[in-house]
Amino acid sequence: MSAGAPQPHAVPQAQDERVLAVSDLRAWYQTRHFGVSREVRAVDGVSLQVARGEIYGLAGESSCGKSTLVKTIARAIRPPLHVVGGTVRFRFAGRERDIYALSQAELARMRWRHLSYILQGSMNVLNPVRRVRQSFVDFAYPHLDQPMPEFLALVEAHLARIRLDPAVLDSYPHALSGGMRQRVTIALASVCRPDFIIADEPTTALDVVVQKDVLGMLRAVQREIRSSMILVTHDIGVHAHVADRIGIMYAGRLVEEGPTRDVLRKARHPYTAHLVASLPRIGDDTPKQSLEGAPPNLADPPPGCRFHPRCPLATDICRKEAPPLIDVAAAHRAACWVTAPPAQHAAPGAAA
Amino acid sequence: MLTVLRDLFRYRFEFRLGAILTGCIVAFAALSFVSPYPPQDQFVVPPDLPPSSPYWFGTTSRGQEVFWQLSFAIRNTMLFGFAVAILSRLIAVAVGLWSGYRGGLADRVLMSLNDTFIVIPLFPLLVLFYFVLRDNMSWPLLALAMASLGWAYDARLIRAVALSLKTREFTQQGVFSGMRASEIVTQEHLPYVLPIVFYTTMNNMTWSIGLEVTLSVLGFTNIDTPTVGVMIYWANQHTALVAGIWWWIAFPVLFVVILFIGLFLLAVAMNEYIDPRSRLARMGGATP
Amino acid sequence: MTPYAIYALKRLGQFALVVFIGINLTYLITHATPIDPVEQTVAAATSFGSTSPEAIAMLRDSLRALYGVGDSPWTQYLVFWKRVAVGDFGPSLSAFPTPVATLIGRALPWTVGLLSVSTILAFLIGNLLGGLAGYYRESRALKLAGIVAMALHPIPYYIVAFAVLIVFGYLWPVLPISGGYRINTAWGFNRDFILSIASHAILPVTSLVLVGIGGWFLGMRSLVSNVVTEDYVTYAELAGVKRSRILWSYVMRNALSPQVTALAMSLGSIFNGAIITEQVFGYPGIGSLLIAAVHAGDYSLVIGIASVSILAVSAAVLIIDLTYPLLDPRVQVT
Repeated sequence: MSAGAPQPHAVPQAQDERVLAVSDLRAWYQTRHFGVSREVRAVDGVSLQVARGEIYGLAGESSCGKSTLVKTIARAIRPPLHVVGGTVRFRFAGRERDIYALSQAELARMRWRHLSYILQGSMNVLNPVRRVRQSFVDFAYPHLDQPMPEFLALVEAHLARIRLDPAVLDSYPHALSGGMRQRVTIALASVCRPDFIIADEPTTALDVVVQKDVLGMLRAVQREIRSSMILVTHDIGVHAHVADRIGIMYAGRLVEEGPTRDVLRKARHPYTAHLVASLPRIGDDTPKQSLEGAPPNLADPPPGCRFHPRCPLATDICRKEAPPLIDVAAAHRAACWVTAPPAQHAAPGAAA
Repeated sequence: MLTVLRDLFRYRFEFRLGAILTGCIVAFAALSFVSPYPPQDQFVVPPDLPPSSPYWFGTTSRGQEVFWQLSFAIRNTMLFGFAVAILSRLIAVAVGLWSGYRGGLADRVLMSLNDTFIVIPLFPLLVLFYFVLRDNMSWPLLALAMASLGWAYDARLIRAVALSLKTREFTQQGVFSGMRASEIVTQEHLPYVLPIVFYTTMNNMTWSIGLEVTLSVLGFTNIDTPTVGVMIYWANQHTALVAGIWWWIAFPVLFVVILFIGLFLLAVAMNEYIDPRSRLARMGGATP
Repeated sequence: MTPYAIYALKRLGQFALVVFIGINLTYLITHATPIDPVEQTVAAATSFGSTSPEAIAMLRDSLRALYGVGDSPWTQYLVFWKRVAVGDFGPSLSAFPTPVATLIGRALPWTVGLLSVSTILAFLIGNLLGGLAGYYRESRALKLAGIVAMALHPIPYYIVAFAVLIVFGYLWPVLPISGGYRINTAWGFNRDFILSIASHAILPVTSLVLVGIGGWFLGMRSLVSNVVTEDYVTYAELAGVKRSRILWSYVMRNALSPQVTALAMSLGSIFNGAIITEQVFGYPGIGSLLIAAVHAGDYSLVIGIASVSILAVSAAVLIIDLTYPLLDPRVQVT
C-alpha cells in the first residue's frame, strides 16, 4: 500500500491477499413479546471482501444495517439477533477460518490479538470504576505474553508513538474528554497490532476539529501497524478522506461498492448519486433536493429493490425483483436494474 | 391505562397470578358483609374447636369463629392499607411531580426533605405516637400519621419519571406547539405516570399493612377492631400456640401472606412493564 | 477544597438536617396530646404502689425540666434540645432511678451487633446470589433462588420472626429462643460467654437475614441485567476478556454502587424490623426496651429511645455516604 491516494484493486482478489470474506450474510432480529411476533431483517444477503492493509469504508444512513453488519462480522451479536445464513471468513496467521465455526477458546484467543474493535459512541466503553491502565491490562496483557513491567513499558511506548500522554493511564474514564477517550480507545484497539480493526462510527460524537485529529490518528495507526480496517460512518466526507474502498448500504443490503474515488465521482446507484450530490461543497449554493419518503421498515420491507419507493428511476421490474450486485467497472459493483442491468456486465465472474 | 392492565393480565404470568391471589383475598373480605355474627361479639360459638364442619377454620378462645373473624380482619386491614396508600399518594405524587418538573432549587429542597423521611426510622415515631395518644388513637388518625410519614420513597420514584419525561422530545414539541402545561401533563405524560403510581401504590399497601400488623400484634393500636394484627394479638394474649389452638394464628398469617405475595406480584409485573427496555421490544407490534 | 471535602460537607449537612427534623418530630408528637404528660406519668408511677414522696417529687421535677411544662413554649423547646444534645433524658420511670441514658447504653450494643451482622450477611449473600442470577440467566438453580426470594421478600419482619420462632421453639428446639446470652454465664472475653452470645444470636440474625436477602437479590439481579448491556461490558466481551473477570471487575463492581446507596436508604426500615425481631426473641436490645417502656408507661425512656434511634440510624447513613466515593470514583466530580 503506498502512502497517499488510494489505489483500486484488481478483481477477483487473490486468496492470500484477502483478510476478510463475507458471503451472503443474513442476520435477523426475531422476537416474540406480548403475543406479537416480529422479524427484522437487519442484514439481508451481504457479500464483501477486504484485502490486507486496506481500509474499507461502509456508508449509509442511520438504521441501514451497517452497525449490525459489522457486529455480525465480529460475532458480537446476541439474541434476539441471529445469523440466519451466510458465512464470515477471516484469514489470520495464514489460515482462513469461519468465525462462527470457532470454539469459545479459539475465539477468545483471536480477539484483540487479531481482531479488534472500536465501538460506536465511545462515551462509555471503558470500565468507569477502574483507571484506564486497568483496561489495557484486561484487554491486551493476556495476549502479549510479557511480564507486567515490560508490558506496561510497551503500552507507554505505544501511546507515546501515537502522541498520547502516558499520564492518561492513571485517569478514570469520566475525567477524560470525549476526544481523549476516543484516542485512548484507538490506542487500546491497536496496541496488540491486530490484523483487522473494525471501527464503528469512531468520530460521530465529536466536534469537527477533534474529528480531524482523531481521524488523522486512526490513519496513522493503521498505516503503522498495517492492519485492515472496516470503517463504518454515515459521513461521506470521512470516507473520502480515509477509505480505500467504499461500500454503500441501504435497508440491509449493499447497493454499491468500489474504490472510493470511482464510487464518489462516478456513482452508479441512484441512492449513492443522491448521497454524493447532497454533500456540501464550498462555493456551491444550489439547493439540495431531499429524497421523498423514509427508509423502509425492515420488519416488512418492500418487495423487489428496497429503494424503489423513493427512487426517481424506478421501473416495473424494480418493484418485483431485487437487482443483483454486479460489476460495472474495475472492482466497482452496483445493484440497479436501470443503471447496472445484468446483461451489460463485462468482467469475468460475478462478485463472490 | 385499562388496556395496559388488560394486556398485563393476558400476557404476564406474574400479573395474572398476583391479580388472582389478591382477588381471592378481596372476595374473602367481601364475605364479611354476610357474616352471621357482628365482629365485636364474643362467645357466640363454642370456643377452641379445631377446623371441622361446620366451623371450617375453627373457633377462638374468645368464642368467635375464625372464618368470619378473619373475613372482617382482612377487610379492615385491606381498607386501612388502601387508605394509607391513597393518602400518601397525594403527597408522593405532588412532591414527585413538582420536584421533577420544576428542577432547580425547588427540586433540591424537596429532595433533601424527601431523603430525611427516608432515613428516619418510622417505627419508633409511630410507637411514640401511640404512647402519647393511647386510647385516643383511632384508625383514621393512625392512617393519617402513617401516610404523612411514608410518602418519601415513592416520591423519589415518581420524580425520576417526571425528570425523564421533562427532557423527552415529545414534551419539547408540545411546549413549542403551544400546549399549556396542564394539557401536556394530562394528555402526553399521564400514560407514563400512571403505571408508576400503580406500582408505588401496591408497594405502599404492602408496607402499610405490614406496619399495621406489626403495631397491632404489639397491642399498639385499637385492639377492639378486628384486623389481622389484632387477631394475632388476641391469639398471643390467650397463649394460643402453647394451648395448641394453632388455627387461630395460622389462618390470619396464611391469608395475609397470600395478600402480600399477590400485591407484590402485581407490583413486580407493573414494574417490568414500566422498564423501558421491555417497552422497546413491544413497540413494533403495530399492525401494518 | 478537594471535591471530596465538598461532598463530605454536603453529606454532613444532610445528616444535620435529618437529625434536626427527626428530633423536632419527636418533640411535636410528644406535645400532640391534650393530656399533661407529666401528670399522666406521675399518676401512672404512683399507681404502682409505694413510691416515696421524695421520689415522686424528683420524678415530677425531672419530667417538668425535660418537658418544660409550665414554662413558655420556646423555653420548653430549648430545654428539650439541650437535654437531647447532652443525652440526658432523666431517670427511667420503670427502673427508677436509673437514668434513661444508662438503660439505653446497656441495650444499644446488642442492637448494633444484631443489626450489623444481619445487614452485612443479607447484603453480601443477597447481592452475590442476585448478581450471579442476573449474569447466568440460564441457571436453573439461580432461577429457583429467584422464586424463593420473590416469595420471601414481601413478608413482613414480624411474620418471619414468628415463623422462625415456631419452627425452632416448638418443632425443632435446638437453639435458644430468647435472651442475649445464657444466664449465669460470666461476662467477659471467655469462650463460654462468646459462644452463648453467638448461639443466642443465631435465630434473630437468621430471621432478619431471611427477610433482607430477598430484596437485595431481586435488586441486584435487575441491576446486573442492566449493567450487562452497558457499552463497557460489551466492549470487554468483544475484546475476549475472561468471563470471570468481566463478572467481577466490570459487572458486579458497577452494579454494587447503586446497591450501597440503596443500603443507606433502607437502614431505616431494617432498624424497624430489628425492633420487632428483638421483641419476638426477647433479645435485650433497644427494640425490646422500647416495647417494654411503652407497656410500663415510661415516658422518658420512650422519648430517649426514639431520639437515639434517629441519631443512630442517621449516623450509620452518614458513614455509608462518606465511604461511598471509595466505591464509585464518579461521585467526586459533582
